[in-house]
Amino acid sequence: MTTDKDQYKVHAEPYYQAQGKEVQLYEAAYRNRLPVMVKGPTGCGKSRFVEYMAWKLNKPLITVACNEDMTASDLVGRYLLEANGTRWLDGPLTVAARIGAICYLDEIVEARQDTTVVIHPLTDHRRTLPLDKKGELINAHPDFQLVISYNPGYQSLMKDLKQSTKQRFTAFDFDYPDAALEATILAKETGLDEAIASKLVKIGQTARNLKGHGLDEGISTRLLVYAATLIKDGVDPLDACRMALVRPITDDADIRETLDHAIDATFS
Amino acid sequence: MMETEYQHPLMTAYWAQIDTHFKPVEAVFEDVMAEALAILTRDGINAYLEAARVIGKLGRGVEPMLAFLEEWPSAANALGEDALPEIMVVIHRMQKSPNSKAITPFLQTLAPVARRLHSQERMRDYFDITLDFMVRTTGSIHGHHTTFPSPGLPHFFAQAPFLLSQLSLMGLKNWVEYGIRNYSGHPERQTDYFTVQSADSRAVLQRERHGTLFMDVERKLDLYLRGLWQASEQLVPYSTAFDELRRPVPYFDKLGMRIPDVYDDAVDGEIHISGLDRYRATLAHMVGHRRWTTPLIADNWSPFQRMAVEFFEDSRVETLLCREYPGLKRIFLALHPRPLENACDPETTSCLRHRMAMLSRALLDPEHGYRDADLLTYVERFHALMAEGESNTPDIATLALSYVTKTRRQSDQYAKVHFDDTVVDYRDDNRQMWLFIEESDDEEMFEKEKKRTPSEEHTGLPPRHYPEWDYKSLTYRPDWVSVYEGLHPKGNPTDIDRLLEKHSALAKRLKRILDLLKPQDKVRIRYQEEGSELDLDVAIRSLIDFKGGANPDPRINMSHRTDGRDIAVMLLLDLSESLNEKAVGSEQTILELSQEAVTLLAWAVEQLGDAFAIAGFHSNTRHDVRYLHIKGYGERWGDDAKARLAAMQAAYSTRMGAAMRHAAHYLAARPADKKLMLVLTDGQPSDIDTHDEHLLIEDARRAVQELDRDGIFTYCISLDPKADDYVSNIFGRQYTVIDNIQRLPEKLPELFLALTK
Repeated sequence: MTTDKDQYKVHAEPYYQAQGKEVQLYEAAYRNRLPVMVKGPTGCGKSRFVEYMAWKLNKPLITVACNEDMTASDLVGRYLLEANGTRWLDGPLTVAARIGAICYLDEIVEARQDTTVVIHPLTDHRRTLPLDKKGELINAHPDFQLVISYNPGYQSLMKDLKQSTKQRFTAFDFDYPDAALEATILAKETGLDEAIASKLVKIGQTARNLKGHGLDEGISTRLLVYAATLIKDGVDPLDACRMALVRPITDDADIRETLDHAIDATFS
Repeated sequence: MMETEYQHPLMTAYWAQIDTHFKPVEAVFEDVMAEALAILTRDGINAYLEAARVIGKLGRGVEPMLAFLEEWPSAANALGEDALPEIMVVIHRMQKSPNSKAITPFLQTLAPVARRLHSQERMRDYFDITLDFMVRTTGSIHGHHTTFPSPGLPHFFAQAPFLLSQLSLMGLKNWVEYGIRNYSGHPERQTDYFTVQSADSRAVLQRERHGTLFMDVERKLDLYLRGLWQASEQLVPYSTAFDELRRPVPYFDKLGMRIPDVYDDAVDGEIHISGLDRYRATLAHMVGHRRWTTPLIADNWSPFQRMAVEFFEDSRVETLLCREYPGLKRIFLALHPRPLENACDPETTSCLRHRMAMLSRALLDPEHGYRDADLLTYVERFHALMAEGESNTPDIATLALSYVTKTRRQSDQYAKVHFDDTVVDYRDDNRQMWLFIEESDDEEMFEKEKKRTPSEEHTGLPPRHYPEWDYKSLTYRPDWVSVYEGLHPKGNPTDIDRLLEKHSALAKRLKRILDLLKPQDKVRIRYQEEGSELDLDVAIRSLIDFKGGANPDPRINMSHRTDGRDIAVMLLLDLSESLNEKAVGSEQTILELSQEAVTLLAWAVEQLGDAFAIAGFHSNTRHDVRYLHIKGYGERWGDDAKARLAAMQAAYSTRMGAAMRHAAHYLAARPADKKLMLVLTDGQPSDIDTHDEHLLIEDARRAVQELDRDGIFTYCISLDPKADDYVSNIFGRQYTVIDNIQRLPEKLPELFLALTK
């Protein structure tokens, strides 16, 4: 990976609507280089928030989407075989520590537990990253900060962060914004009329009420934005809602019918 | 011909035409002719009189003729006159059979049935059903041919209008079919069935009803309440089928929301409201009351005042509901009756209900088109009140009372009340709106507290009911079999230990096989890029590739995976009477041999550590299937279980399907990966109350399919040398027939081990 800082910068201001004091609190955490964890259901604005903060602080942002096949070397780096020997290649975490970026590990619980422990030395007072295969100890750049996100909702017993990992972070708890705020977000993000936006929010809340009764997750703000985008583009609201809100989240016929009814009852 | 006083010569001619001396006919003749002349054509009149004459000459008394004369004009109005010959054919066939007694009930219900079916084609289907019914239930008991009339037929005709109000023709056919098939050989039960008295008659009727059944949409309604209204009320259906006199109305109380068990689709002009949407409207209305209605003290108000307050409050609640979900308005409007402005005559009838229903319509529907000045004023006042916010029950009550006072008429007190188009059927009875400080006498009191008498002591568990598959109709008979379960009585556990000693040589041999089968906990997974250990073979090969300049394989590690044996086993023993017979060529009974075999199997499974249960079953008619636990999953193979096995006894018959379903419900609850049910039996499924030997075989086969669907592997060990005929029918290829029963003790454990290897 290259060490060109600029390519990791967020250049345009992402739209983010603060729900509380999270922006100030994040700034305080960054001032003191405390690691941050953002928790919350899918599509509620976690990644958008991190992106926004990187822009606001004018720091490079390196995002890693975690998955269960990811190994420690995918984060730290590995030796590549070449025709006449080997060559070391830094992983994203190492790059971030070297150049002083905000490293954002998205959906950290998806990664295996033996992978997550490599971040431990970076998250306490040491702020170092030992590359044991290479025999190098990196002292993190003063601007470096680690941010992880995780969704406490859908994980199973098997997928949870270890206490030793959890207790290295300060944390923000995100949730879907309240109805008025969410409608504003939809309107701002897509330019949709507020009245229709608040109807979309109403449908979203219908689905959130069904969480745990056949739905793993309610309709996220992200999906509401999709629906709003479609409506803005001239799609019939009923079709847009079915396509963007209902069909993606469920295959259960009863739930589908209930949500379809909610759409009919809301738009008419 | 007697001297009639008919003045009109035409009437005299008609009277001559039907050629009868029955007095009761003469008494009504002029009236029925008046109706007939108004409806029938000239040819129709001739055919009518001719048919009446024929019926009168059947020799069945005056009843059939009277019934025909009274019913036909109305039936002809619905079907057309040319349906008459077909009816005469039906009558003729009944007359030729021993069922001529059924002619009268047939004719008596002809008009309501015709009105319900309303076409000749459908009427023809109805006749087909009845004639088929007649032929198949007319008795030929003990070889007498068609001597006994069908016991159910007259009752069926009497019930026909009711049945057709609940069932489609297809449903009626299924319902009749069920009755014929199950009760054709049992006159009393047949009568019970066709008078809709017996429990399964009602159950099948319920199943075949038209409309949206509550049980089909229950989950959708739960989701609806939870999703749209954040309510998690208990929904309790009440039956609408059997309470003709007083139609129950939806209501709610502390225990939940009561709603009808079925809603037909509603059609209002162009708009079609599905049964599901009617349920939703009902629930939304009740949710609205729960949210926004506060109870009022009712004692000082008259019933009229209360009715007005209820109408206003219902409208307020619906206005608020529509604010929340505007789409509900379409449903409410379609379901709300549209009373016509001049439908009620205030000079002769009490019009209060009519006025209130009109107002309620006007409050909901801006395009109501009523012109009554008071009504318009109050609609305006209502909307003005609602425009300020949610308003509340006392304010709306004040408005309602002033409306009642303003529009009061003397005639409101009349006994004759205008009811047409005033019942809003999705609204509840508003019982929660009123508080009574004193016991009133003008209102029935809801929810009187009932004294509970302590029920008698229960012994054992209550029965569990299982359906049984009827292969002829391809349906389940609902709740057909009652299974009683209990612990098997105990005997002496040392008997079982002695059996083990007797087979100690065999046990030793088994032990060797068992050791091989014991789960190997770790399994190697090779070719891993990341792993717990280096796989040397692969690593060296990779290195060679690398040195040779080729692209090396980076998958040089290996890791381990645990591979436990996770099986739950259920051994189901047939304990029917036939087990008491001596095995061929042996001094021991089959029961004793089974005992030995089960002992060895239990010992072997215990060695392996698989979850294992043993149960026995036998049956004595469908009302008494016994399911006896010998060893449970939570139990060790210790003295208790051995004692029960030692006391094993055989009696009665083999109703296999129900026992398998019951055993499966225990097995299905096990968390194991693999579930195995072994059925040890010595004969085909049978029971003394089932004459069709295929029925229980097919039911068992169906049970095997159900189990398979639930992830349970069924395997049968049959001790019946002639079993090949039927056992493959039931179990497919999953069975073994053991011809030499003496070898059962060694065969059974070996078989188990082979199955689970």
